[in-house]
Amino acid sequence: MLTYTIRRLVLAVPTLLFISLVIFLLLELAPGDPMAQVPLTVPAEVKEQMREALGVGQPIWISFPKWLYQFFVVEQMVMIDYYFGTNLSEGQFRAISWQTRSPVMDIVVQRLPQTLWVVGVAYIVGFAIAIPVGIYSAYKQYSLFDNLGTFITMVGFSVPPFFSGVLVIVIFSVQLGWFPSIYDTTLVVDSWEAFGKQLRQMFLPVMVLALQITSQTSRFMRSSMLDNLNQDYVRTARAKGLRERAVVMVHVLRNSMIPVITVMALSVPQIFGGAIITEQVFKVNGIGQLLITAIQANDLPMVQTLTFIFAVLIVLFNLIADVLYGLLDPRIRYD
Amino acid sequence: MTFKTALMGAAALVALAPAAFAERGSDGEVRIIYWQAPSILNPFLSGGTKDVESASMIIEPLARYNEKGELVPWLVEEVPTVDNGGVSADLTSITWNITPGLVWSDGTPFTSADVKFTYEYCTDPDGGCAQVTKFEGVESVDTPDDLTVTVNFSGPTPNPYGPFVGGESPIIQAAQFADCVGAQASTCTDENFNPIGTGPFVVDDFKPNDVIVMSANPNYRDPAKPAFAKVTFKGGGDATAAGRAVMETGEFDYAWNLQLAPDVISQMQEGGLGTPVAGFGPLVERLMLNNANPDPALGEMRSVKADPNGPSEHPFLGDPAVYKAMSMAIDRPLLVEVGYGQAGKVTCNWVPAPDAFNSTALTCDTQDIAGANAMLDAAGYMDTDGDGVRETPDGVPMSILYQTSTNAVRQDFQALIKEWWSQIGIETELRNLNASVFFGGDPGSPDTFQKFYADVQMYANTFNGTDPQAYLGNALCDKAPRPDTQWQGENISRTCIPGYDEMHAELQATAGIDARAEIGRALNDMAVENGMMIPLVHRGRLSAHANTLGGVVLNVWDSELWNVADWYRVDG
Repeated sequence: MLTYTIRRLVLAVPTLLFISLVIFLLLELAPGDPMAQVPLTVPAEVKEQMREALGVGQPIWISFPKWLYQFFVVEQMVMIDYYFGTNLSEGQFRAISWQTRSPVMDIVVQRLPQTLWVVGVAYIVGFAIAIPVGIYSAYKQYSLFDNLGTFITMVGFSVPPFFSGVLVIVIFSVQLGWFPSIYDTTLVVDSWEAFGKQLRQMFLPVMVLALQITSQTSRFMRSSMLDNLNQDYVRTARAKGLRERAVVMVHVLRNSMIPVITVMALSVPQIFGGAIITEQVFKVNGIGQLLITAIQANDLPMVQTLTFIFAVLIVLFNLIADVLYGLLDPRIRYD
Repeated sequence: MTFKTALMGAAALVALAPAAFAERGSDGEVRIIYWQAPSILNPFLSGGTKDVESASMIIEPLARYNEKGELVPWLVEEVPTVDNGGVSADLTSITWNITPGLVWSDGTPFTSADVKFTYEYCTDPDGGCAQVTKFEGVESVDTPDDLTVTVNFSGPTPNPYGPFVGGESPIIQAAQFADCVGAQASTCTDENFNPIGTGPFVVDDFKPNDVIVMSANPNYRDPAKPAFAKVTFKGGGDATAAGRAVMETGEFDYAWNLQLAPDVISQMQEGGLGTPVAGFGPLVERLMLNNANPDPALGEMRSVKADPNGPSEHPFLGDPAVYKAMSMAIDRPLLVEVGYGQAGKVTCNWVPAPDAFNSTALTCDTQDIAGANAMLDAAGYMDTDGDGVRETPDGVPMSILYQTSTNAVRQDFQALIKEWWSQIGIETELRNLNASVFFGGDPGSPDTFQKFYADVQMYANTFNGTDPQAYLGNALCDKAPRPDTQWQGENISRTCIPGYDEMHAELQATAGIDARAEIGRALNDMAVENGMMIPLVHRGRLSAHANTLGGVVLNVWDSELWNVADWYRVDG
């Protein structure tokens, strides 16, 4: 198992390098100009000077290794400096965002808390609802509960967040005035009152996201449970006289979790990746919003860094999911 | 107290009656939302409106424009003119006298050295300063003493109010930015995110592309202002959400630039918490007519005039009968109603503002399909093959490609105009392009507005400040984008009007607002009459403020937040 993990980790290095090159080339080929948002009243020569000052349009054999060095060496030095108070990174040039002229990683770090709070909580809420719902729906297949669950999950599946988000804002913010429609990223939770505020401002985006997550996961859970409920080992367990509760919750559930674990593990990168649309609708201004504004502004260093971080997370959590299989099902061993 | 300050005090008392006895910071917090989030607080490195306007609460110019487009002194005692001796008689220099006793927010004195440093900072060739055109023609900046700044121009400059005037040319502190000149400009994150200024607020926390938290500047020159102790400046989202937050939920006090359909605005207004306000600058939505031939068969010479100084080379768009008929077929009042409502007006002019420059020679506010048809008939454009599309006398079908950027209002306009033109026998193919590609200026892309690989294209353009000289220069023959200039150039329609260049040269040499306005109006009429463009809508800026926020004066000539120091809370 350990050798397997190590082998996979080593293999991930060329994979990630290749991914970063592909991302780089794609961004290089994509049309667009970082100066497109500068007003038309700024003449073209001035825009050209601004591009030069940013280093836009450097040939790829300069810009790609430079970015790699900045990401894998300079940023690590900065992190070490931050934690240990050293000054390794002094005089090194960090990857600079073209929009803000500030280090890309600083902004990413600044954006992470709200994304983790909102999207992370949404996943926890989503899973907490989805798993019991999936189990019960499968156990009482075609019951009223199952049919209602199917209906709600279908709605959750098919209604996009740019609709459901605005809908809940109109109902709960505009009409009822219960929750704010705009997320306050400057709120510091240092008292119960602030905590209450934080809960209130998180409520709508979390609910919109959780509806989607619940829909997807509960369908997986239900079908996986159904597969297992009809298996011979379930009949055996019942024949042995085990209590129904033990049959479902121990025997069936553990076996049914394997595909669901994959879904859950692979959704962790999405927690870091943020929820582009939902963040935009509620002005959460997390990683998702950062990515979309960077794309709109053609801020290549930012887009490159963010997409690459996502790639790392996806590769990593794929590995974690594989390792988790082994833990859940002792029959699966990779050695 | 001098007579002038007494007068100003009295005026302020009248204007701010409800808050007359307010003191600094007594009105708590004001919350502003811009749906485009500020990325940086140094307008010299960005040029984006969102960045210029958010920074205008912190750093200020020597003089700026008020809501009527008039220059008002800001950090100086008076606006220099030839009459008061501030501008030299030969128009080659301007001398500013800084108000004595002015300090930066860190308490250090504001001196002429800071002004001179700002000039050096922005004109450094390696810095990539977005506002470098403000310093065009400046030869040197002298500082005879701490409170005097003299700007010397290389030639006579009838409009010397470019450098250090308006929200786009603020003064930055020399002490803070000393190490940030030239290539170092981008590395100065702390300085760019927290500039020290003379404005009413100072930055407490800046989260790029998200939020700015500001507090009242303890060293602001007026001890009673600003009335607000704290500003939360949120960015991001979309115009609808920003309008909703001010007018329907009341979470914010001020929402910037609500480019929304008129019915959406009026619906929001029913929320009863806020009021939309409109202001009109020189922004005009127009149809640019291609004076070159965009036929793909021309290869390299597509949309390039063989003779840059010659007349239109388009198969038919160069004929006055054609572009006048196309203009007559358009129902402009309907376009205004559909697209802009309160924030739009019918215009027939390229330069509709300031008032002095707005020509009254042309009219275009009634649609006349029959008249347009008659005009085309008389000029010999007939539908000879019965397919509903006219042909030119040479047998070329009058079929045009009409492109613009992707935007709901623009696509509505395209559909309407296509329908009207079909009624006069002109067939129209529509195309819309992503704004960042269309306006991106990438010489490698065939889809930019500079390349103009279409017959007609629609967009809006404007100019900064109140003097349209440079803007009127966009119609000069040699400014046409061509392959040998990497498609750079502002003469998008590739027009070349006999006599225009000479008259523009005359404008450059003329001082005095009345004489300049007269030439400006003549140039405007010339360009429109000669088929450079079909102006459609004079677009205003629509912002909204909460009913509990007082003192808002919408200014389109400068930053919208130009008088944020005078804002106050109305008890509601």
